[in-house]
Amino acid sequence: MVLEVRNLSKSFGGLKVVDQLSFSVARGERLALIGPNGAGKTTVFNLITGVYPADAGSIVLDGEDITTLPSRFRIRRGLARTFQNIRLMPHLTVLENVMIAQYARSPGMAALLQPVGFGRANRWRTEARAALAEAGLESYADQMAGGLPYGIQKRIELVRALAAAPRLLLLDEPAAGLNPAETEALHQALQAIAARGITLVVVEHDMQFVGRLCQRVVVLNFGVKIAECPVAEIHADRRVREAYLGTDELAA
Amino acid sequence: MSGYLESVLVLLAINTVLAYGAFLPMVAGQLNLGVAAFVAIGAYSSGYLSQTYGLHPVLAAIAAIVICSFAGWLVAFPILRTRGIYLALATFALNQVVQGTILNLNVVGGASGYPVPAHIGFPVVATFAVIVVIAMVALFHTRFGISVTAVSDDERVADLMGLSVRGLQSAAFTAGAALAGLGGALYAHHFNYIEAQNYGVLFSIYVVLYVLLGGTQTVYGPLVGAAVFTLLPELLRGSAAWRYVIFACLIIAIMSLRPQGVLLRKSWFSR
Repeated sequence: MVLEVRNLSKSFGGLKVVDQLSFSVARGERLALIGPNGAGKTTVFNLITGVYPADAGSIVLDGEDITTLPSRFRIRRGLARTFQNIRLMPHLTVLENVMIAQYARSPGMAALLQPVGFGRANRWRTEARAALAEAGLESYADQMAGGLPYGIQKRIELVRALAAAPRLLLLDEPAAGLNPAETEALHQALQAIAARGITLVVVEHDMQFVGRLCQRVVVLNFGVKIAECPVAEIHADRRVREAYLGTDELAA
Repeated sequence: MSGYLESVLVLLAINTVLAYGAFLPMVAGQLNLGVAAFVAIGAYSSGYLSQTYGLHPVLAAIAAIVICSFAGWLVAFPILRTRGIYLALATFALNQVVQGTILNLNVVGGASGYPVPAHIGFPVVATFAVIVVIAMVALFHTRFGISVTAVSDDERVADLMGLSVRGLQSAAFTAGAALAGLGGALYAHHFNYIEAQNYGVLFSIYVVLYVLLGGTQTVYGPLVGAAVFTLLPELLRGSAAWRYVIFACLIIAIMSLRPQGVLLRKSWFSR
């Protein structure tokens, strides 16, 4: 198992946002985390990456309990993510944004004094440029990230997350706001990433996208896991339909 | 070299060092209005060392770097717990505390000022300034440059990218304090007389203005800002009484044309 979440709970004030959640992700798997708005999906990502401390339960990454590991060390353990509301550094260029994530692979604080700017052939810059080129984003490399179109920023965020060389990648609504052509390109890109052996956990509302990309689905509603099944069986699940559409009893 | 030109260049060199002292915390997202506190600590501590212990003034200047690093590191912890305008106010208060303390320290002359007989000539001041500029340019071609900008752009994401936000913030604050202290030591030993009254918040605001005028987007911004602030009043000397009015109007004009500073950047690494 790459990731094991056990009895994870989190409350904000009196509201239980995540309640006794357990699920696990096998190496190389592509898991979707779905649920209606406010189900706690992003909070689960925030707990796994350490944005918030968990109230109870544990998070185990590759056999190591990271529940109390400070957030900044988690990316060094191979855990990278993207954000629902894109969060590139607006005052850095696209290339520099990608280079920020490379630090996760360096031995430690001393790497902050690594030269990354002198000369054309700097290893880190060349590598970041190649990663952008591979994603078809080379022409944006030297532009400031702040002013770029939404779809482009989303793709850059993915390249940035990969620059940390993660084993597990958490994607928070990667297809949101993309047009069909962009969604298809994203699907291809994620398939290629999965083929490199990187495990994916995806929060996504686009069920067609989820159906093509993922093998298994965990469904959350009000912070509670209400279903966990292969992606093909999701439409048949009564609790899932009720979570999204309401119950027949109430309608009657 | 004429005495006049030399005196202008000395001020340019010292102002450049001070500007980098304010620039370092500013790129990390900190508006430090306490620069003058570290200038004063640097000036007085180095002056005291060369005066009382006969330390060579260059060594005294280097000692000022060490002392101000320590002082900066010490106050960084409580001060960096504050954010934005509160950080500016906290550094402002620090400035008042340091200035008030020195004014009451009779061992360094208190309110009547402190003579520092040991002299540092123009060549040494210029050498220090050149070393500082080269060191800063080099520093901003390392991973530190992009990392510190990342921290000021988005602390949360910088943290998730593995950067130590607190570490980078206190490093920037501490290094800035060290440079401010160096600037103070050079001033003290070149002009051989220091007065705590000069190191008020207005002094800090001036140094911050150098940086804002030059721009915080490139590592050359402080150099340009310090040059404009040092040289422009000299160029306006012909108009005697009105020169500071004209100077202020020119500054306002520059800032309204280029609110982000004179130098904009494409990348930390581009020229």
